[in-house]
This record gives sequence, C-alpha cells and structure tokens, in this order.
Amino acid sequence: MSTATLLFTALFYLATAVLLAGLAWKIADYGRTPAPLLIPLTPAPTTQGGVVLRMIREVALFESLFKSNLWLWAFGWMFHVGLALVLIRHLRYFTEPVWAWVAVLQPFGVYAGLVMAAGLAGLWARRMVLERIRYISTPSDHLMLILLLGIAASGLMMKFFFHTDIIGVKEFFLGLLYFDWQPLPSDGPLYVHLTLVAALMLVFPFSKLLHAPGVFFSPTRNQVDNPREARHLSPWAAKMESK
Amino acid sequence: MAGPDIKAPEMREYSQIPALQPGAMAATKSFVANEKVQEELGFPGTLVDDWHDKAIGKMGELLGKYRSLKVFMDACVHCGACSDKCHYFLGTGDPKNMPVARQDLMRSVYRRHFTAAGKVFPKLVGARELTREVLDEWYSYYYQCSECRRCSVFCPYGIDTAEVTMAAREILDSVGYGQKYTNEIIGKLHKIGNNLGLPGPALANTLEGLEEDVLEDSGVAVRYPLDVKGAEVLLITPSADFFAEPHIESLIGYGKVFHAAGISWTLSSKASEAGNFGMFIGNYEQLKKIAMRVREAALELGVKRIVVGECGHAWRVAYSFWNTLTGIGEGAKDPFAVQLQSQLDHRYRQPMHICELTWDLIRQGALSFDKSANDHRIVTFHDSCNVARGSRMGDHAGGQFEIPRNIIRAVANHFVEMAPGTTHEQTFCCGGGGGILTDDLLDLRIKGSLPRMETLNQVAEGQGVNFMATICAICKAHFTKILPYYGFKMSMVGGVHQLVSTAIKLGDK
Ligand code: SF4
Ligand code: SF4
Repeated sequence: MSTATLLFTALFYLATAVLLAGLAWKIADYGRTPAPLLIPLTPAPTTQGGVVLRMIREVALFESLFKSNLWLWAFGWMFHVGLALVLIRHLRYFTEPVWAWVAVLQPFGVYAGLVMAAGLAGLWARRMVLERIRYISTPSDHLMLILLLGIAASGLMMKFFFHTDIIGVKEFFLGLLYFDWQPLPSDGPLYVHLTLVAALMLVFPFSKLLHAPGVFFSPTRNQVDNPREARHLSPWAAKMESK
Repeated sequence: MAGPDIKAPEMREYSQIPALQPGAMAATKSFVANEKVQEELGFPGTLVDDWHDKAIGKMGELLGKYRSLKVFMDACVHCGACSDKCHYFLGTGDPKNMPVARQDLMRSVYRRHFTAAGKVFPKLVGARELTREVLDEWYSYYYQCSECRRCSVFCPYGIDTAEVTMAAREILDSVGYGQKYTNEIIGKLHKIGNNLGLPGPALANTLEGLEEDVLEDSGVAVRYPLDVKGAEVLLITPSADFFAEPHIESLIGYGKVFHAAGISWTLSSKASEAGNFGMFIGNYEQLKKIAMRVREAALELGVKRIVVGECGHAWRVAYSFWNTLTGIGEGAKDPFAVQLQSQLDHRYRQPMHICELTWDLIRQGALSFDKSANDHRIVTFHDSCNVARGSRMGDHAGGQFEIPRNIIRAVANHFVEMAPGTTHEQTFCCGGGGGILTDDLLDLRIKGSLPRMETLNQVAEGQGVNFMATICAICKAHFTKILPYYGFKMSMVGGVHQLVSTAIKLGDK
C-alpha cells in the first residue's frame, strides 16, 4: 500500500476519533451544566411540543436570522442547506448498496455544491465588505470560510474537471468502515479535498463550529415558558435553600 | 461627568446604522462603588491584589453553574446578525457596543483561559489575556448594556448578551470592582426595605396623603392600605410608585381598580419594593435575598394573592424567577415552597401582573369607564424590554403584548402603534434599564434612547401622539429625564394605570 494511502487511513481514523470524542465531551459538558433560572426568550412556547417546533424552525429555516437580515439569512441558509445535501450525496461513498433515498437525492447534490459555494462566497464577502462584520472578525473566522470554500471548490473541481476514480474512493472509505483497508486512488485534487475535510473534522470540537450542538442547548431557545406553573430548581440552588 | 449641556443626537426620519466610531464611549464609565457600599453586599471593598486569578477563578465557577454562559461563550459564529440591534450601538456608533463585540470582551478571555485553541493560538482566535486594561474595558462596556435582550431575538443561537453582561458584573463585583449606582441601591433595600430608601413611617404618611388627594380629586374614599393582615391581595410595586411622577399616577390607578372591584388589598412596608437589582449584577444570592422579602411579607400578612405593579425587570423576576427563588407560584412539592403555595389561592395566577388583574376584571364587566376622559390623549404603547422579552402575561404566548394594549383600548379612544420592528419582542429598550439609570451615565442614556425617540417622533408628527404609555418604573423615570433633550414634554410618558385612573368610574358599589 502506498504511503499516501497509509497516511490518509491514519488521518481519517484520527479525525473521526477527535470529532466524535470531542463532540461527545462537549455535549456531555453542556448537558451536565445546570440552568438555574428560566430564561426562555419571547416568543417562547408554553409547551414542550412547542419548544420542539421552535427548534425545528430555528435549525431548518434559521428563523431568527431571517428576522435579522435577509442577505445574511440567504447566504447562511444557502450554505447550510447546500452542505446538508452535499453530505447526503456523499453517503454513497459509505453505503453499499446505496440507500434508496440517498439515490433519489443524488442529482440535487451537484447543484447543492454550487449553492453551498455561492453561500460561502457571500458570507465571506460580507465579512470583508461590511465594516461592522469586519470589525468583529478574527483570523480564524476568515480561515474557517477559506477551509470550507476549499472543500467545496476541490470537490466541485473533481465533479466538473478532474474526474477522480470514485469507485476507488468508495472502496477506500468502505475499507475504513469495515477495517478492511483498501488503496486510495492517487490523485492531487482528491488529496487536497480529503486533507481539508480531515482538517475540518479535527478543528470542529475546538472552534465556533460548536454552534451546531450549542444551538440545541441554548436555554433562551430550548426552555418551556412555564415558570409560574412549575417550580424549576437547579441542584446547586436547591442546596442553597436547604442551608 | 455628564453635564447639563449634553446634546441629544439628531433624530432622522428613518433609523440608520451608524458608521463605526471606535472608542467613542471608552471613557464613559459609571461611578465605581466605594468600600462601604461593596462590603455591605459582601463583596471586597476595593480591587483585590490577586484580581486576575480571582476573576479567572470566578469565571470558571460561573461557567460551571450557568449553561447559558458556557454555551454562549462557545456558540457565537461572529455572523453579525446582532451587530446592528443594540440601541447603544445605534446611538453611539461605538463598535464595542455591538452585542457581539460586547460579548467578545469576555469571550476573548474565555478563549485564552478555557479553550485549547485560545491557549495554543491566541492571535488566531482572538484570545486575550485579562489585563488591567481589559478589566477596565469590561467595567466600561458591561455597564453600557441594559440587559434588554433585544440582540438575542435576532441571534440564530439565542445568544443572550444580558447573560454575559450579568456574568461580567458578577465577576467584577467578586474582585472588588462594583458599580456605585446598583450596589448602593441594593444596600439601601436591605437596610430600609426599598430602592429609594423610604422608611416604613414615611411610607405610611405618603399613603395617607395620597388617600386625601384622591378623595379631593375624585370625591371617593379610595384606600391605600399598608401592612393589613388578612388582606386578599398583597401588591408589590416599585418604590418609585410612592412618590415619583408619573409613577404615582399609576399607583392611584391600582387603588381605584381594587376599590371599584371591591378587592381587599395591602402594600407591605417590609416588601415595599418590586425592583430586584440583584438581577442586574447577575448575583443569585442577592437576587434570592431580595426576593425573599416578598415571600416573608406574604407569609406574615397571610395574603391569598400576590400582584405586581408596573415595573419591567421586577415583572421578569416575579414571573420567571420568583417560583424558583421563593416558591411564589404553583406546582411545587418541596416543603419550602408548599408552605407558601398552600396559603395562596390557585384560582388566580401566582404571581399576577396588575395588568392581568385589571384586564380580567374588565372582561368580567366588573369595571366601567368613561373613555372620553382620555380624549385629550393620543396614546402609543412602549413595550418594556423585560416584560416583552423576559416574561409573559395571561394564558398564552404573547399575552404580555395584548393585555396592556387591550386595557388601553378599553380606557382610551385613541391608540396608535409605533413602527413595526420596534415594538413587541423587537421593542427598543428605553435606554436606561439594567443598572444604567444614573446621572453619571446620562450621556449614554440620551444616546441610547435615539432609536425609541425616532419612532416616537414618527407617530408624534404623523398621528399626533402625545402620550407614551409604558408599564415600567425605569422606563418612566428614564423617559421623564431624557424626553426634553429630544424636544418632547416630560409629561408625555406615563403608566397604563394612569390611563385607567383617568377613565375609571368609581360609582358607589
Ligand atoms: S442586551 Fe440590550 S443593551 Fe445589551 S447588548 Fe443586547 S441589545 Fe444591547
Ligand atoms: S447573532 Fe449570535 S452568533 Fe451572530 S454574532 Fe451575534 S451573538 Fe454571535
């Protein structure tokens, strides 16, 4: 097996381990940190079912962002929906046979890739052009967009210009999944694409990408508005009371 | 210090997002609390020598106690959705008054001390050491936030800058760097029983005088009772209602409503303050200690219902936190809360807002009005931030918007809404809430009012609005002060129950 195959095999195991362990640790940390006071934000649902609906609207439609700014909403939504479809399309590299619903969505994946790249470009332009957003941006904010754009661009490149041996790629990833390692086709754009993806996985639990799990733990959005009806007491506050 | 020569920014026809003016408000700093004020609350008197380590330690403690803070420190993507939503940014142009930048004052230190990325690549992720300059910056800008939560409405993750501000103030207090205005008031409350330092006997006098005034004006003997054991309702109201204008007009109105409906009620000299500045400094112990006075008064007086007067943050504390802090509410099983809850009458919401009470009575037909008595007023309604975004009224979501408006429509003929996007949950803070209502921050307060003044100006010029009703003692006090800077009359602001008071018919029932 080539050195490149060995390296990428190791890299993807490492990246997956860091991503999963890092996220699990963060989620456990969020979960175990108490929320001592009820701070749901208007319009706050009065039932648990309402909270689930609110969360779905927030995560699928970016409701709050929509209220804030249409351009930002459009770019952000394009990017995320594009990314979601692209990820679904990529499931074909990890499933044999390919699940039927994934197959149905395949054709959209390509357009989604373009939409995703356009959304990212829009977000980056905003970050550079608008004085306010430029002011709050750190180098890592720009790097994150560059990384994602790099992933999108290298992926699209392989789709449209430098076709790669996707059968070989699939064998490589199925091999990783079943611990039956297979060679990775040697191909420049593919190396670039995979390296960037692994980098993204590695930084995920240490970066602002934590907004993905964070949104579900945000007390202003996930609490039921029922403070008069039920007494809400966190463990540390209860201890104060018994003193 | 802010002098009387402060000029209000110019009002424009439509609000605009200002160009950045870095450092514009850096020198604006409210007075620091002195030793005596600090120590009365159990905080160090002056900045402690090892403030750096203490502050970082406190931050770690808060990150472990508040999920809000932990998630909010991590989740921000610097999208900027909140960046143009803060009235202090809109009024001052200082980029550090953009909500995300305000959060970043703390987030940068969080990254440096609590994240791997910030420890290894501080520059890359905008991590900073907590230096003395940074600490001073915290003091300046965390006391330029009114904890109004407007920014949070627009954040895709609901990141609530108010939570960050509260945590920052808590850290500052814990190292001996507190704000004079807020902490002095909390001290007064513990010593005397209310924020304005009005002792029991003086309160009794004031209320007697009020009864005489109302008798003279209306010819009806409306009572304003104090410390009456066995009364049905205990009314907890901001102490400003006892003598400040226009607050007192609403107090008169509450009394008339109770009188007309034949409900026995009382005020308490022990709990003569609805306000709870413990929330402003993010200190759970103070928040609880202050709220406990209400519980104690309720138990001593044996009342069946607890009703809260017109005060924004007080209603947030009462509605959202009282059940947690003191057991005022329902649904508890623990003995501490049950002791009180078994005394309360659960046919009524506990606690109840005075607007809920009045509106329920109006719906039952228990009150009658002469609406034309308010005909000299063209009324608009300013949603107060803590009522709008931190609480609710009635039985369903949004009741906090409908009920006060329903009351206004029931007692006055002319009602006009201000521009959409500046009312309901998107309302602008008056500019003086959350521990800012002090003359040493007058400049900030005037500038922070700009967005509200612009929308008020639209309806004043367009529809002839001459009365802005609100249900918050801080809004009333703040507007009374700053309206003249914008060329409005200070009597333009008043309470919803001031309108009720004008129109209510007090026939012999
Ligand atoms: S809570 Fe209000 S005052 Fe504070 S940053 Fe947000 S919008 Fe501004
Ligand atoms: S809207 Fe939320 S995520 Fe976006 S910059 Fe503001 S606080 Fe950060």
